[in-house]
Amino acid sequence: MAKQPIITVNNLTKNYGDFAAVKGISFEVYEGEIFGLLGPNGAGKTTTLEIIETLREKTSGEVMVDGFSIDKDADSIKKIIGVQLQAAGYYPNLNLSELISLFCGLYGITKTPMEMLEKVALTDKAKAKYKELSGGQKQRFSIATTLINDPRIIFLDEPTTGLDPQARRNLWDLIREIRDNGTTVVITTHYMDEAEVLCDRVAFVDGGHIVGIDTPDHFIDKLLESGFERKKQVKDANLEDVFINLTGKEWREG
Amino acid sequence: MNKYSNTRATLAIAKASFRSIIRSPSAVVFSLAFPLIFILVFANIGGGGVAVDVGVAKGSDTLSPVYTALRKVSVINLITTQTADEMGKNLSKGSIDAIIDIKKNVIDPSQSPVGPQKSPFTVNVQYTTSSSKGAILKSVIVNILNEINSTYQQMSGQMLPPPAAELRETTVSGRAYKYIDFILPGQLGFSLLSSGVFGTAFVFISLRLTLVIKRFFATPVKRYSIVLGEALARLTFSLLGAVFIIMVGHFMFGFTLIHGVVTVLNMLVLSAIGLIIFMGFGFTVSGIAKNESTVPPLSNIITLPQFLLSGTFFSVTAFPKWLQYVSNALPLTHLNNAMRKVAFEGAGLGDVTHQLFILLLWGIGVYAVAVKTFKWE
Repeated sequence: MAKQPIITVNNLTKNYGDFAAVKGISFEVYEGEIFGLLGPNGAGKTTTLEIIETLREKTSGEVMVDGFSIDKDADSIKKIIGVQLQAAGYYPNLNLSELISLFCGLYGITKTPMEMLEKVALTDKAKAKYKELSGGQKQRFSIATTLINDPRIIFLDEPTTGLDPQARRNLWDLIREIRDNGTTVVITTHYMDEAEVLCDRVAFVDGGHIVGIDTPDHFIDKLLESGFERKKQVKDANLEDVFINLTGKEWREG
Repeated sequence: MNKYSNTRATLAIAKASFRSIIRSPSAVVFSLAFPLIFILVFANIGGGGVAVDVGVAKGSDTLSPVYTALRKVSVINLITTQTADEMGKNLSKGSIDAIIDIKKNVIDPSQSPVGPQKSPFTVNVQYTTSSSKGAILKSVIVNILNEINSTYQQMSGQMLPPPAAELRETTVSGRAYKYIDFILPGQLGFSLLSSGVFGTAFVFISLRLTLVIKRFFATPVKRYSIVLGEALARLTFSLLGAVFIIMVGHFMFGFTLIHGVVTVLNMLVLSAIGLIIFMGFGFTVSGIAKNESTVPPLSNIITLPQFLLSGTFFSVTAFPKWLQYVSNALPLTHLNNAMRKVAFEGAGLGDVTHQLFILLLWGIGVYAVAVKTFKWE
C-alpha cells in the first residue's frame, strides 16, 4: 500500500517577536502511522503542533491537514482532529461523564459518556472529578476526549511525561490500539525508548529545524553503519525491564 | 456528517458552567448566603422604629383611662417589671426615658358639685436629661389628657368656652414602608454585582490559565458560544437566586410586592439587565488580572464602592451632597432605585426609563472596555 500523506508541512516558520521558534520546517505525516516529533525543550515541537492544530497563527509556510489548508479551512480541520494539550486542565467541578457530555456538545456529536470511557478503561471513574485521577488516568481521560469526534488524526503532546513504567506501557498499548483502528497519531516525547518502540517514523527537531526524518530502525542502523559504538555494551535487558519484572506488569491506579 | 450546531455547543457550555457554579461554594455563599444574612440582620434591627421606654411607678392606677390610652400608643413601651429603685437608676442613665405615675384621687361626694373640686386623676411624669425621647412622651400625654379632659367635662355637664383653635387630624392610609422594602432590593443588587464581577472574572481567568479555553478552541466551537454559554449559566443561576431571595423576603419578612407575580417578573428583568452590565466588569477584570490572586483586589475596587455608596444599606440621600454625585454616577445606585420603584411603588419597566438609560450607558461603556482588555489566552 502506497503511503498517503495526511499532513503536509511545507517551509513552516513562526516568529515570536524577534525570536524565531520555527525556522522553515517541512515534513509529511502518513495516514495510519504513529509519527513522533522528538527534540529537546524549546526546539519548536509544541509550536509546530499547535500551528497544525489551528491553535496558533503561523508566520509563513503552508500546512495541509487531510486536504484542508489551515489558512482557509481551520473549522474543517478542527472537526477531524483530536487534540491533547500538554498540561491542559478540564472544566472545574465536573465529573468525567459530564466532561465527556460537554465535549460531545462542543463537537456536535451524540455519544454516551460510558462508551467513550470504556475505550480508555475508565468506566468505574465516571463519577470522579478529573483532579482526583492518577497521572495515568488523567492522560487516558485526555485521550478519550480526543476520540469523541472519531478523528482522522490525534495529536498527543508529551502524554507519558511523569508516568511510572506500568502506566507508560499501558498508555503505549492504548495508543497502538488507536492507530490500529485507523487513526493517525502525532506524538511528542522526550523518551527515546518510547519513540523507538512506539513510533513508526520520527522527526528530530532542534533549534527550529528538522534535522532528520526516518523510521527509528533506519536511524539506528545508519548510526551504527557510521561506526558508532556505545561506550558501555548494552545487555539484552535494561533497568526498566528489571523494574517491570520485579513490580509486575499490571498497571496500578494512584 | 451532520451540520454543526452552534446552539448545541452553546447550550453544552451553559449546562457545564451551571453545574460548575452550583457546585462552587463561593458562588453560592456570595450570591445567596451573604444577601440572606444581611437581610436577616437588617430586617430585625431596622424594623422597630422609635420606641420610648416608660417606667410605670408601683401603685399606678392601671385601670385609669390614661393608662389604657397610653397602652394603645405603639411608640410607647410601658415597663412594669422594675422596682422603684431600679427605675430611678435607669432613668438617670437614660436607659428608660421617663417614669409615669397615675394616681386616682378620692373625691369627697359631700362636697358641693359646683365650684372648684379635685380632678379624678393626677398624672406625675418624671423626665430625664439623659434622653431626648421624653419629648415624645410629653406630646403623647398632652394629647391623651386633652381628649380625656374634654370628654370628662362634657360628661360632667360643664359648659366650655369654645377652644381658640380646633385640631382636625386625618391619616392617609398608605402602605407601611418597612426596612425590608429598602434592604432587599439593595441586597439583590449586591448579589448580582458580586456574582457578575467576581464569578465571571474567576471563571474566565481560571479557564484561561488551566488551558480549558485553549482545549475548547481545538474543537469547532465558536468564541461567542463560549461567552454566551457562560453568560447563560450565570444568568440562570443569578435569576434563580433572585427568585429565592425575593421569596424568602416576601414570605418571611413581609417584603412588599405590589403586583405580585408581575412585580417579580419586572424585578427579574431588571436583575438580568444589571447582571449583564456587571458581567462586563467581570470580563474586564479577567482580562487585566495576571493570575487568580489578582482577581479579588481588582474586583473589590469595582464592587466595594458600589456596595457602600449605592444605597445598599442606607439611602443615598443620607450622604453629603458631594458624595451623592458620586453615588448617582454608579450603576448599582440606579439598579437599586429601579428595583425599589418596581417593588414598592409598583412601577412598570416603562416608569424607570431614566434608570435604564443610565444603565444602558454603563453597559456600552463597560463592554467597550471589556472588548479591548479581554484575553482568550
